[in-house]
Amino acid sequence: MLTETDLQAIWLTVRLAALTTFILFFIGTPIAWWLARTRSWWKGPCGAVVALPLVLPPSVLGFYLLLAMGPNGPVGQLTQSLGLGTLPFTFWGLVVASVFYSLPFMVQPLQNAFEAIGERPLEVAATLRASPFDTFFSVVLPLAKPGFFTAGILSFAHTVGEFGVVLMIGGNIPGVTRVASVQIYDHVEAMEYADAHRLSAVMLAFSFAVLLSMYLRRNQPRKEA
Amino acid sequence: MKRLSVLLAALFAAAGLHAGEVQVAVAANFTAPMQQIVTEFEKDTGHVVKLSFGATGKFYAQIANGAPFEVFLAADDTTPAKLEREGLAVAGSRFTYAVGTLVLWSSKPNFIDAKAEVLKSGQFNKLSIANPKTAPYGAAAVETLKKLNLLEAVQAKFVQGENISQTLQFVSTGNADLGFVALSQVFQDGRITSGSAWIVPADMHEPIFQDALILKRGENKPAASALHAYLKSDKVRAIIRRFGYGSR
Repeated sequence: MLTETDLQAIWLTVRLAALTTFILFFIGTPIAWWLARTRSWWKGPCGAVVALPLVLPPSVLGFYLLLAMGPNGPVGQLTQSLGLGTLPFTFWGLVVASVFYSLPFMVQPLQNAFEAIGERPLEVAATLRASPFDTFFSVVLPLAKPGFFTAGILSFAHTVGEFGVVLMIGGNIPGVTRVASVQIYDHVEAMEYADAHRLSAVMLAFSFAVLLSMYLRRNQPRKEA
Repeated sequence: MKRLSVLLAALFAAAGLHAGEVQVAVAANFTAPMQQIVTEFEKDTGHVVKLSFGATGKFYAQIANGAPFEVFLAADDTTPAKLEREGLAVAGSRFTYAVGTLVLWSSKPNFIDAKAEVLKSGQFNKLSIANPKTAPYGAAAVETLKKLNLLEAVQAKFVQGENISQTLQFVSTGNADLGFVALSQVFQDGRITSGSAWIVPADMHEPIFQDALILKRGENKPAASALHAYLKSDKVRAIIRRFGYGSR
Protein backbone atom coordinates (compact mmCIF):
# COMPACT_ATOMS: atom_id res chain seq x y z
CA MET A 1 0.00 0.00 0.00
CA LEU A 2 0.96 3.66 0.27
CA THR A 3 4.15 4.31 2.19
CA GLU A 4 4.36 6.63 5.16
CA THR A 5 6.02 9.34 3.07
CA ASP A 6 3.22 9.03 0.51
CA LEU A 7 0.62 9.56 3.22
CA GLN A 8 2.64 12.49 4.53
CA ALA A 9 2.67 14.00 1.03
CA ILE A 10 -1.08 13.50 0.64
CA TRP A 11 -1.83 15.06 4.01
CA LEU A 12 0.40 18.00 3.17
CA THR A 13 -1.36 18.44 -0.16
CA VAL A 14 -4.78 18.41 1.50
CA ARG A 15 -3.65 20.96 4.08
CA LEU A 16 -2.19 23.22 1.39
CA ALA A 17 -5.29 23.02 -0.80
CA ALA A 18 -7.71 23.57 2.10
CA LEU A 19 -5.81 26.55 3.45
CA THR A 20 -5.40 28.08 0.00
CA THR A 21 -9.11 27.72 -0.72
CA PHE A 22 -10.01 29.23 2.65
CA ILE A 23 -7.80 32.27 2.04
CA LEU A 24 -9.06 32.59 -1.53
CA PHE A 25 -12.66 32.88 -0.35
CA PHE A 26 -11.67 36.09 1.45
CA ILE A 27 -9.50 37.48 -1.33
CA GLY A 28 -11.51 36.25 -4.29
CA THR A 29 -14.98 37.32 -3.15
CA PRO A 30 -14.37 41.09 -3.06
CA ILE A 31 -12.42 40.95 -6.34
CA ALA A 32 -15.18 38.96 -8.04
CA TRP A 33 -17.84 41.30 -6.63
CA TRP A 34 -16.01 44.36 -7.87
CA LEU A 35 -15.41 42.80 -11.31
CA ALA A 36 -19.08 41.84 -11.55
CA ARG A 37 -20.42 45.26 -10.57
CA THR A 38 -17.95 47.85 -11.80
CA ARG A 39 -18.29 49.90 -14.95
CA SER A 40 -14.81 51.23 -14.56
CA TRP A 41 -12.30 51.09 -17.42
CA TRP A 42 -10.09 49.10 -15.06
CA LYS A 43 -12.39 46.10 -15.25
CA GLY A 44 -10.61 44.83 -18.39
CA PRO A 45 -7.02 45.08 -17.15
CA CYS A 46 -7.94 43.73 -13.69
CA GLY A 47 -9.83 40.80 -15.19
CA ALA A 48 -6.84 40.04 -17.39
CA VAL A 49 -4.45 40.10 -14.43
CA VAL A 50 -6.67 37.73 -12.46
CA ALA A 51 -6.81 35.34 -15.43
CA LEU A 52 -3.03 35.40 -16.05
CA PRO A 53 -2.26 32.18 -14.13
CA LEU A 54 -4.56 30.36 -16.56
CA VAL A 55 -2.22 30.99 -19.45
CA LEU A 56 1.18 31.65 -17.85
CA PRO A 57 3.53 28.68 -17.70
CA PRO A 58 3.98 27.71 -14.03
CA SER A 59 7.70 28.14 -14.61
CA VAL A 60 7.17 31.86 -15.20
CA LEU A 61 5.14 32.22 -12.03
CA GLY A 62 7.64 30.09 -10.10
CA PHE A 63 10.58 32.09 -11.43
CA TYR A 64 9.09 35.46 -10.48
CA LEU A 65 7.97 34.21 -7.08
CA LEU A 66 11.39 32.73 -6.34
CA LEU A 67 13.08 36.05 -7.11
CA ALA A 68 10.42 38.20 -5.43
CA MET A 69 10.27 36.12 -2.26
CA GLY A 70 14.04 35.53 -2.10
CA PRO A 71 16.28 37.50 0.27
CA ASN A 72 16.93 40.21 -2.36
CA GLY A 73 13.38 40.46 -3.70
CA PRO A 74 10.76 43.00 -2.59
CA VAL A 75 8.56 40.41 -0.87
CA GLY A 76 11.60 38.80 0.71
CA GLN A 77 12.80 42.16 2.04
CA LEU A 78 9.36 42.79 3.52
CA THR A 79 9.03 39.37 5.19
CA GLN A 80 12.56 39.67 6.54
CA SER A 81 11.94 43.11 8.00
CA LEU A 82 8.84 41.67 9.69
CA GLY A 83 11.06 38.99 11.20
CA LEU A 84 9.40 36.20 9.23
CA GLY A 85 12.45 35.12 7.27
CA THR A 86 12.01 34.29 3.60
CA LEU A 87 9.18 32.32 2.03
CA PRO A 88 10.77 29.93 -0.49
CA PHE A 89 11.15 26.37 0.83
CA THR A 90 8.43 26.93 3.45
CA PHE A 91 4.86 25.73 3.68
CA TRP A 92 3.63 29.34 3.79
CA GLY A 93 5.62 30.10 0.68
CA LEU A 94 3.61 27.42 -1.08
CA VAL A 95 0.38 28.86 0.30
CA VAL A 96 1.21 32.31 -1.09
CA ALA A 97 2.17 30.83 -4.46
CA SER A 98 -0.98 28.70 -4.57
CA VAL A 99 -3.18 31.70 -3.82
CA PHE A 100 -1.80 33.41 -6.93
CA TYR A 101 -1.88 30.23 -8.95
CA SER A 102 -5.51 29.33 -8.15
CA LEU A 103 -6.92 32.87 -8.03
CA PRO A 104 -8.79 32.69 -11.37
CA PHE A 105 -10.42 29.43 -10.30
CA MET A 106 -11.95 31.25 -7.35
CA VAL A 107 -12.72 34.61 -8.97
CA GLN A 108 -14.22 33.58 -12.29
CA PRO A 109 -17.00 31.24 -11.04
CA LEU A 110 -17.88 33.81 -8.35
CA GLN A 111 -17.93 36.65 -10.86
CA ASN A 112 -20.24 34.64 -13.11
CA ALA A 113 -22.52 33.87 -10.18
CA PHE A 114 -22.64 37.53 -9.10
CA GLU A 115 -23.32 38.71 -12.64
CA ALA A 116 -26.13 36.15 -13.00
CA ILE A 117 -27.96 37.66 -10.03
CA GLY A 118 -28.52 40.89 -11.94
CA GLU A 119 -29.64 44.32 -10.69
CA ARG A 120 -33.17 43.47 -9.70
CA PRO A 121 -32.71 41.65 -6.34
CA LEU A 122 -30.25 44.36 -5.24
CA GLU A 123 -32.66 47.15 -6.10
CA VAL A 124 -35.45 45.38 -4.23
CA ALA A 125 -33.22 44.99 -1.22
CA ALA A 126 -32.30 48.67 -1.41
CA THR A 127 -35.96 49.75 -1.48
CA LEU A 128 -36.40 47.65 1.68
CA ARG A 129 -33.66 49.81 3.18
CA ALA A 130 -31.15 47.03 3.45
CA SER A 131 -27.60 48.33 3.80
CA PRO A 132 -25.11 47.19 1.12
CA PHE A 133 -23.57 44.85 3.68
CA ASP A 134 -26.92 43.43 4.64
CA THR A 135 -27.82 43.01 0.97
CA PHE A 136 -24.60 41.15 0.31
CA PHE A 137 -25.00 38.73 3.18
CA SER A 138 -28.74 38.08 3.03
CA VAL A 139 -29.41 38.38 -0.72
CA VAL A 140 -26.23 37.90 -2.74
CA LEU A 141 -24.61 35.11 -0.73
CA PRO A 142 -27.62 32.76 -0.76
CA LEU A 143 -28.26 33.42 -4.45
CA ALA A 144 -24.60 32.85 -5.36
CA LYS A 145 -24.26 29.69 -3.28
CA PRO A 146 -23.74 27.35 -6.27
CA GLY A 147 -21.03 29.74 -7.51
CA PHE A 148 -19.24 29.53 -4.16
CA PHE A 149 -19.48 25.76 -4.26
CA THR A 150 -17.97 25.57 -7.74
CA ALA A 151 -15.29 28.14 -6.94
CA GLY A 152 -14.29 26.30 -3.76
CA ILE A 153 -14.11 22.92 -5.45
CA LEU A 154 -12.14 24.22 -8.42
CA SER A 155 -9.66 26.15 -6.28
CA PHE A 156 -9.10 23.15 -4.04
CA ALA A 157 -8.70 20.73 -6.93
CA HIS A 158 -6.46 23.05 -8.91
CA THR A 159 -4.16 23.52 -5.91
CA VAL A 160 -3.97 19.74 -5.46
CA GLY A 161 -2.93 19.52 -9.10
CA GLU A 162 -0.20 22.13 -8.73
CA PHE A 163 3.29 20.97 -9.71
CA GLY A 164 5.52 23.35 -11.60
CA VAL A 165 5.37 26.24 -9.16
CA VAL A 166 5.94 23.95 -6.18
CA LEU A 167 8.88 22.35 -7.90
CA MET A 168 10.46 25.74 -8.46
CA ILE A 169 10.04 27.29 -5.03
CA GLY A 170 9.49 24.27 -2.76
CA GLY A 171 12.89 22.64 -2.48
CA ASN A 172 11.26 19.21 -2.09
CA ILE A 173 11.33 19.05 1.73
CA PRO A 174 9.45 16.06 3.20
CA GLY A 175 6.46 17.17 5.26
CA VAL A 176 6.98 20.83 4.37
CA THR A 177 6.92 21.27 0.61
CA ARG A 178 6.91 17.77 -0.86
CA VAL A 179 3.31 17.57 -2.05
CA ALA A 180 1.78 14.54 -3.74
CA SER A 181 2.54 15.65 -7.30
CA VAL A 182 6.22 16.19 -6.46
CA GLN A 183 6.34 12.87 -4.59
CA ILE A 184 5.11 11.12 -7.75
CA TYR A 185 7.75 12.91 -9.81
CA ASP A 186 10.35 11.75 -7.27
CA HIS A 187 9.18 8.15 -7.50
CA VAL A 188 9.40 8.24 -11.28
CA GLU A 189 12.88 9.76 -11.23
CA ALA A 190 14.06 7.14 -8.75
CA MET A 191 12.58 4.47 -11.03
CA GLU A 192 10.18 3.41 -8.28
CA TYR A 193 7.40 2.86 -10.76
CA ALA A 194 5.21 0.71 -8.47
CA ASP A 195 5.08 3.52 -5.89
CA ALA A 196 4.45 6.08 -8.63
CA HIS A 197 1.54 3.98 -9.90
CA ARG A 198 -0.11 3.70 -6.49
CA LEU A 199 0.04 7.38 -5.69
CA SER A 200 -0.96 8.36 -9.22
CA ALA A 201 -4.01 6.13 -8.97
CA VAL A 202 -5.00 7.86 -5.74
CA MET A 203 -4.67 11.26 -7.42
CA LEU A 204 -6.67 10.11 -10.42
CA ALA A 205 -9.49 8.72 -8.28
CA PHE A 206 -9.52 11.86 -6.14
CA SER A 207 -9.63 14.25 -9.09
CA PHE A 208 -12.43 12.29 -10.74
CA ALA A 209 -14.46 12.18 -7.52
CA VAL A 210 -14.09 15.92 -7.01
CA LEU A 211 -15.21 16.80 -10.51
CA LEU A 212 -18.01 14.24 -10.40
CA SER A 213 -19.37 15.73 -7.19
CA MET A 214 -19.39 19.14 -8.84
CA TYR A 215 -21.12 18.04 -12.01
CA LEU A 216 -23.70 15.95 -10.14
CA ARG A 217 -24.53 18.90 -7.95
CA ARG A 218 -24.65 21.26 -10.87
CA ASN A 219 -27.22 19.06 -12.61
CA GLN A 220 -29.44 18.68 -9.56
CA PRO A 221 -31.45 21.93 -9.49
CA ARG A 222 -32.41 21.46 -13.11
CA LYS A 223 -33.99 18.13 -12.29
CA GLU A 224 -35.98 19.70 -9.47
CA ALA A 225 -37.24 22.52 -11.66
CA MET B 1 10.32 22.58 -63.60
CA LYS B 2 13.96 22.18 -64.45
CA ARG B 3 14.83 24.93 -62.03
CA LEU B 4 12.90 23.19 -59.30
CA SER B 5 14.67 19.90 -59.80
CA VAL B 6 18.02 21.66 -59.68
CA LEU B 7 17.01 23.33 -56.47
CA LEU B 8 15.87 20.03 -54.99
CA ALA B 9 19.06 18.32 -56.06
CA ALA B 10 21.06 21.09 -54.45
CA LEU B 11 19.07 20.76 -51.23
CA PHE B 12 19.60 17.02 -51.07
CA ALA B 13 23.25 17.39 -51.87
CA ALA B 14 23.59 19.93 -49.08
CA ALA B 15 21.88 17.58 -46.65
CA GLY B 16 24.21 14.80 -47.74
CA LEU B 17 27.28 16.94 -47.23
CA HIS B 18 25.95 17.97 -43.90
CA ALA B 19 26.47 14.40 -42.77
CA GLY B 20 24.09 14.16 -39.90
CA GLU B 21 22.44 15.21 -36.76
CA VAL B 22 22.80 13.61 -33.37
CA GLN B 23 20.45 13.97 -30.41
CA VAL B 24 22.23 13.91 -27.08
CA ALA B 25 20.98 13.68 -23.51
CA VAL B 26 23.42 15.30 -21.10
CA ALA B 27 23.50 15.28 -17.30
CA ALA B 28 22.85 18.79 -16.03
CA ASN B 29 26.22 19.10 -14.26
CA PHE B 30 27.99 18.76 -17.61
CA THR B 31 26.08 21.58 -19.30
CA ALA B 32 28.87 24.16 -19.55
CA PRO B 33 31.67 21.87 -20.80
CA MET B 34 29.30 20.11 -23.21
CA GLN B 35 28.32 23.37 -24.87
CA GLN B 36 31.97 24.14 -25.48
CA ILE B 37 32.72 20.62 -26.69
CA VAL B 38 29.81 20.68 -29.12
CA THR B 39 30.88 24.00 -30.62
CA GLU B 40 34.28 22.46 -31.36
CA PHE B 41 32.74 19.21 -32.58
CA GLU B 42 30.41 20.93 -35.04
CA LYS B 43 33.29 23.02 -36.34
CA ASP B 44 35.57 20.00 -36.76
CA THR B 45 33.10 17.52 -38.25
CA GLY B 46 30.16 19.41 -39.75
CA HIS B 47 27.72 17.28 -37.81
CA VAL B 48 24.89 19.01 -36.00
CA VAL B 49 24.24 18.26 -32.33
CA LYS B 50 20.92 18.68 -30.52
CA LEU B 51 21.43 18.86 -26.76
CA SER B 52 19.01 18.17 -23.93
CA PHE B 53 20.07 18.78 -20.35
CA GLY B 54 18.45 17.23 -17.30
CA ALA B 55 18.52 14.76 -14.47
CA THR B 56 19.99 11.34 -15.19
CA GLY B 57 17.06 9.46 -13.62
CA LYS B 58 14.58 11.37 -15.75
CA PHE B 59 16.56 10.64 -18.89
CA TYR B 60 16.56 6.96 -17.98
CA ALA B 61 12.75 6.94 -17.78
CA GLN B 62 12.50 8.81 -21.07
CA ILE B 63 14.97 6.54 -22.88
CA ALA B 64 13.24 3.40 -21.56
CA ASN B 65 10.03 4.82 -23.00
CA GLY B 66 11.31 5.55 -26.46
CA ALA B 67 12.90 9.00 -26.27
CA PRO B 68 14.83 9.74 -29.48
CA PHE B 69 18.26 10.25 -27.86
CA GLU B 70 21.23 8.67 -29.60
CA VAL B 71 24.05 9.41 -27.18
CA PHE B 72 23.78 9.73 -23.41
CA LEU B 73 26.22 11.43 -21.04
CA ALA B 74 25.05 10.44 -17.57
CA ALA B 75 25.98 11.80 -14.17
CA ASP B 76 26.77 8.34 -12.84
CA ASP B 77 27.92 4.92 -13.97
CA THR B 78 25.00 2.83 -12.70
CA THR B 79 22.34 4.26 -15.03
CA PRO B 80 24.38 3.66 -18.22
CA ALA B 81 25.21 0.15 -16.96
CA LYS B 82 21.51 -0.49 -16.47
CA LEU B 83 20.69 0.76 -19.96
CA GLU B 84 23.38 -1.50 -21.38
CA ARG B 85 22.05 -4.50 -19.44
CA GLU B 86 18.53 -3.86 -20.61
CA GLY B 87 19.59 -3.74 -24.25
CA LEU B 88 18.73 -0.06 -24.65
CA ALA B 89 22.30 0.88 -25.52
CA VAL B 90 25.00 -0.30 -27.87
CA ALA B 91 26.99 -2.94 -26.00
CA GLY B 92 30.61 -2.05 -25.39
CA SER B 93 30.20 1.67 -26.04
CA ARG B 94 30.19 2.62 -22.35
CA PHE B 95 33.18 4.56 -20.98
CA THR B 96 33.91 7.06 -18.21
CA TYR B 97 34.17 10.50 -19.77
CA ALA B 98 34.61 12.45 -16.53
CA VAL B 99 35.03 12.02 -12.80
CA GLY B 100 32.91 14.53 -10.95
CA THR B 101 34.15 16.81 -8.18
CA LEU B 102 31.80 17.91 -5.43
CA VAL B 103 32.02 21.43 -4.03
CA LEU B 104 30.32 23.29 -1.20
CA TRP B 105 29.50 26.67 -2.66
CA SER B 106 28.01 29.98 -1.54
CA SER B 107 27.25 33.00 -3.69
CA LYS B 108 28.64 35.20 -0.90
CA PRO B 109 32.38 35.91 -0.86
CA ASN B 110 34.22 34.70 2.26
CA PHE B 111 31.15 32.84 3.52
CA ILE B 112 32.87 29.46 3.31
CA ASP B 113 36.27 29.02 4.95
CA ALA B 114 39.04 26.67 3.83
CA LYS B 115 37.98 23.94 6.27
CA ALA B 116 34.23 24.37 5.81
CA GLU B 117 33.81 25.20 9.52
CA VAL B 118 30.64 27.02 8.50
CA LEU B 119 28.92 23.63 8.23
CA LYS B 120 29.78 22.88 11.86
CA SER B 121 28.87 26.33 13.11
CA GLY B 122 25.35 26.03 11.69
CA GLN B 123 25.50 29.74 10.73
CA PHE B 124 23.47 29.40 7.53
CA ASN B 125 19.78 29.36 6.65
CA LYS B 126 19.53 26.50 4.15
CA LEU B 127 21.76 23.89 2.61
CA SER B 128 20.83 23.07 -0.96
CA ILE B 129 21.58 19.56 -2.21
CA ALA B 130 20.51 17.56 -5.23
CA ASN B 131 17.99 14.81 -4.51
CA PRO B 132 20.26 12.09 -3.04
CA LYS B 133 17.90 9.38 -4.18
CA THR B 134 18.31 10.26 -7.83
CA ALA B 135 21.35 12.52 -8.26
CA PRO B 136 24.91 11.22 -7.74
CA TYR B 137 26.09 14.62 -6.52
CA GLY B 138 23.30 14.58 -3.93
CA ALA B 139 24.29 11.13 -2.77
CA ALA B 140 27.94 12.22 -2.55
CA ALA B 141 26.91 15.25 -0.51
CA VAL B 142 25.05 13.09 2.00
CA GLU B 143 28.02 10.73 2.20
CA THR B 144 30.35 13.66 2.87
CA LEU B 145 28.12 14.99 5.63
CA LYS B 146 27.98 11.53 7.19
CA LYS B 147 31.75 11.34 7.17
CA LEU B 148 31.90 14.76 8.87
CA ASN B 149 29.36 13.52 11.44
CA LEU B 150 27.15 16.45 10.52
CA LEU B 151 24.32 14.76 8.65
CA GLU B 152 21.87 14.77 11.54
CA ALA B 153 22.76 18.30 12.56
CA VAL B 154 22.19 19.86 9.14
CA GLN B 155 19.48 17.61 7.71
CA ALA B 156 16.74 19.93 8.92
CA LYS B 157 18.22 22.67 6.72
CA PHE B 158 18.19 20.64 3.52
CA VAL B 159 16.42 21.95 0.47
CA GLN B 160 16.46 19.66 -2.52
CA GLY B 161 16.97 20.61 -6.13
CA GLU B 162 15.28 18.50 -8.74
CA ASN B 163 18.63 18.24 -10.49
CA ILE B 164 22.04 19.80 -9.98
CA SER B 165 21.16 22.95 -11.98
CA GLN B 166 18.23 23.76 -9.73
CA THR B 167 20.39 22.95 -6.69
CA LEU B 168 22.81 25.64 -7.84
CA GLN B 169 20.01 28.03 -8.72
CA PHE B 170 18.66 27.92 -5.15
CA VAL B 171 22.09 29.11 -3.97
CA SER B 172 22.82 31.61 -6.73
CA THR B 173 19.47 33.37 -6.20
CA GLY B 174 20.45 33.73 -2.53
CA ASN B 175 17.56 31.63 -1.28
CA ALA B 176 19.97 29.13 0.27
CA ASP B 177 23.25 30.25 1.84
CA LEU B 178 25.05 27.04 0.98
CA GLY B 179 24.82 24.23 -1.51
CA PHE B 180 26.63 21.09 -2.60
CA VAL B 181 26.99 21.36 -6.37
CA ALA B 182 29.26 20.12 -9.13
CA LEU B 183 32.58 21.95 -9.29
CA SER B 184 32.12 22.42 -13.05
CA GLN B 185 29.16 24.70 -12.39
CA VAL B 186 31.16 27.32 -10.49
CA PHE B 187 34.64 26.75 -11.84
CA GLN B 188 36.51 27.83 -14.89
CA ASP B 189 40.18 27.82 -15.88
CA GLY B 190 41.44 26.68 -12.55
CA ARG B 191 39.47 28.86 -10.17
CA ILE B 192 36.08 29.45 -8.58
CA THR B 193 34.24 32.02 -10.70
CA SER B 194 32.42 33.83 -7.88
CA GLY B 195 31.38 33.56 -4.24
CA SER B 196 33.25 31.20 -1.93
CA ALA B 197 33.73 27.47 -1.94
CA TRP B 198 35.16 24.38 -0.31
CA ILE B 199 36.24 21.75 -2.81
CA VAL B 200 35.33 18.46 -1.16
CA PRO B 201 38.36 16.15 -0.99
CA ALA B 202 37.92 13.07 -3.14
CA ASP B 203 38.26 10.70 -0.17
CA MET B 204 35.08 12.02 1.46
CA HIS B 205 32.79 10.05 -0.83
CA GLU B 206 32.70 7.30 -3.44
CA PRO B 207 34.07 8.64 -6.73
CA ILE B 208 31.46 10.09 -9.10
CA PHE B 209 32.20 8.23 -12.32
CA GLN B 210 30.22 9.78 -15.16
CA ASP B 211 29.70 7.36 -18.01
CA ALA B 212 28.66 7.98 -21.59
CA LEU B 213 27.39 5.53 -24.19
CA ILE B 214 25.67 5.19 -27.54
CA LEU B 215 21.98 4.34 -27.26
CA LYS B 216 20.14 1.88 -29.50
CA ARG B 217 18.76 4.74 -31.57
CA GLY B 218 22.27 5.89 -32.34
CA GLU B 219 23.47 2.51 -33.56
CA ASN B 220 25.11 2.75 -36.99
CA LYS B 221 24.61 6.52 -37.08
CA PRO B 222 27.84 8.19 -38.25
CA ALA B 223 27.17 11.39 -36.28
CA ALA B 224 26.61 9.43 -33.05
CA SER B 225 29.78 7.36 -33.35
CA ALA B 226 31.74 10.45 -34.38
CA LEU B 227 30.67 12.27 -31.21
CA HIS B 228 31.36 9.17 -29.13
CA ALA B 229 34.90 9.01 -30.46
CA TYR B 230 35.36 12.77 -30.17
CA LEU B 231 34.57 12.64 -26.45
CA LYS B 232 37.66 10.47 -25.97
CA SER B 233 40.00 12.83 -27.84
CA ASP B 234 42.76 14.77 -26.12
CA LYS B 235 41.16 18.04 -27.13
CA VAL B 236 37.96 17.18 -25.28
CA ARG B 237 39.77 15.75 -22.28
CA ALA B 238 41.57 19.07 -21.92
CA ILE B 239 38.26 20.97 -21.96
CA ILE B 240 36.79 18.58 -19.39
CA ARG B 241 39.78 19.06 -17.09
CA ARG B 242 39.51 22.83 -17.38
CA PHE B 243 36.05 22.61 -15.82
CA GLY B 244 37.42 20.85 -12.77
CA TYR B 245 36.62 17.24 -13.60
CA GLY B 246 39.06 14.44 -13.01
CA SER B 247 39.72 11.62 -15.43
CA ARG B 248 39.93 7.91 -14.89
